[in-house]
Amino acid sequence: MVFGTDKIESLAQAVVEADEVKGRSLYADARRRFMQNKAAMTGLMLLCLVFLFAMFGQYVAAWSNEEIDWNLLGASAELGAPSVANGHYFGTDEMGRDLYARVVQGTRISLMVGIVGAFIAVSIGTLYGAIAGYVGGRVDNLMMRFVDIMQSIPYMFILILLLVVFGRSIFMLFVGIGLISWLDMSRIARGQTLSIKNMEYVSAARATGVKPLTIILRHVVPNMLGVVIVYATLLIPSMIITESFISFLGLGVQEPNTSWGALISEGSSTIQYGTYWQLAFPLFFFVISLFSFFFIGDGLRDALDPKDR
Amino acid sequence: MLGYIFRRLAISIPTLLVLIVLSFVLMHAAPGGPFTSERPLPPEVLANIEAKYGLDKPLIAQIFNYIGGIVTSFDFGPSFKYKDRSVNDIIASGFPITLTYGFLSFIVAFVVGCALGVAAALKKNSWLDYFAVGISIGAQVLPNFVMAPILVIIFTLWLGWLPGGGWNNGHWANIIMPVIALSTSYMASIARLTRSSMLEVMNTNFIRTAQAKGLPAHVIVRKHALKPALLPVISYLGPTFVAMITGSVIVDVYFSTGGIGQAYVNSALTRDYAVMMGITILIGALTILFNLVVDILYAWIDPKIRY
Repeated sequence: MVFGTDKIESLAQAVVEADEVKGRSLYADARRRFMQNKAAMTGLMLLCLVFLFAMFGQYVAAWSNEEIDWNLLGASAELGAPSVANGHYFGTDEMGRDLYARVVQGTRISLMVGIVGAFIAVSIGTLYGAIAGYVGGRVDNLMMRFVDIMQSIPYMFILILLLVVFGRSIFMLFVGIGLISWLDMSRIARGQTLSIKNMEYVSAARATGVKPLTIILRHVVPNMLGVVIVYATLLIPSMIITESFISFLGLGVQEPNTSWGALISEGSSTIQYGTYWQLAFPLFFFVISLFSFFFIGDGLRDALDPKDR
Repeated sequence: MLGYIFRRLAISIPTLLVLIVLSFVLMHAAPGGPFTSERPLPPEVLANIEAKYGLDKPLIAQIFNYIGGIVTSFDFGPSFKYKDRSVNDIIASGFPITLTYGFLSFIVAFVVGCALGVAAALKKNSWLDYFAVGISIGAQVLPNFVMAPILVIIFTLWLGWLPGGGWNNGHWANIIMPVIALSTSYMASIARLTRSSMLEVMNTNFIRTAQAKGLPAHVIVRKHALKPALLPVISYLGPTFVAMITGSVIVDVYFSTGGIGQAYVNSALTRDYAVMMGITILIGALTILFNLVVDILYAWIDPKIRY
């Protein structure tokens, strides 16, 4: 024997200890990669701040969003500039309302439209795509042809048509945006399903007589969750852009409610009077949040997509 | 190839029909007819007006009449709000304007985007590359309705170089800001797309072979790299076209250029359904046609795709 017993024992000890190292799951791995991404972490922090602002911002406000400061009405260009002294931290709009309270309200509605809209779109799209991909054959062909047809319709015009016909309300905006934006998701989900459905565990489930819908919900959908999450994070900003686009035209969120798009529209229409703060503050929150969402989405993609390393 | 074109056409026509029927049914589901106003009209007068516009017939007959009018004589019917103007008049006055700045934006987005992307890929990690990447990230959060006010602040209010709106028969000064506002975010996406596909192509074996046999760099780029690198960009043509048309709504409203988008928003605000439908169908048809052309172009250029 070349090695002494001590050496062998310490080696054996090392092997035993190495066995005790815990295996890392896919999500633990992804979390570690995400945490190392500086841009994504900065985005996450900024986004948390925007959320805190939306949730608790009104407790700091000196004025409510519906109150009109009669001292400043009609003189917002001269007197309405941002100041801490009179309680209008972000200044006032041309009707003498406190812009800080309005921005809090707009942030809340824009974020809500983005998140709820993305949630609707992702739920419908994932389920639709998974069913089409899993069932396959003629049903798949028919379902995807329908998606093709829907996708070649200029959706912004249909959305405006929907809003005009059924009244301009936030609810209709949700329905309209959600109805239209699940199409891309369904394509992605279908593609994922096609590869998942040939896995052994799906065959095993089928062999033991599990119903197709249960297989889709229990085995197919959870296994493409990574892709779905990435797409959902990237969908939220595009939802917010769509909502702002519609509201900018005056067809989306209506007074007394407001959103980033409506505030940007107001701010840009009064710009020639020199009330720059009316555009600057909503635009600042809009840009910051979109940046954050994009960076988080990119970070999640890098973290969750094993192919893209 | 011919069979593929026919099959694509065979899908396009039902799509268009779905679009027409969908917007027609939506229009009828709306509470309140186009002639509902604050002072109710006497029933006889209302019946007369409805007979004139054909609204007294059953829905199916109305749809058939409408489609028949479009197919046989390209007639989108009369406007419900302007008694002396038909939908065709409104489209004819706005469409050339939209087409002018839309086409220019399209060209700018593609030429500048591709050039920027190729240059960034060839000079990777240079200041040009960082500039291109920076722009393409920044422009993601600057959609047209954000660009428009920013441009007006800079070029009209601060510098005073360009007029803040109007069309002025297509004077170049009036076109610049709409084109920039409309093309920026798409130019950025195209630059990003071109950059990554160019980087990929420059790493392939046939480029290495070309370099190994001593071809000068500009010949390699022009003769070997450019064509495969620009292929993915072609599939981006269709979405960009739709975006130009959709974005024209913002441009028209913000810059008062008087294009088709302005007519659309006006008709949306006054519930002039005939105009809304006419424009929706026209744009839908154009989109379908354009996507068809792009798909055929793609199949023709890329030797790997055979239908």
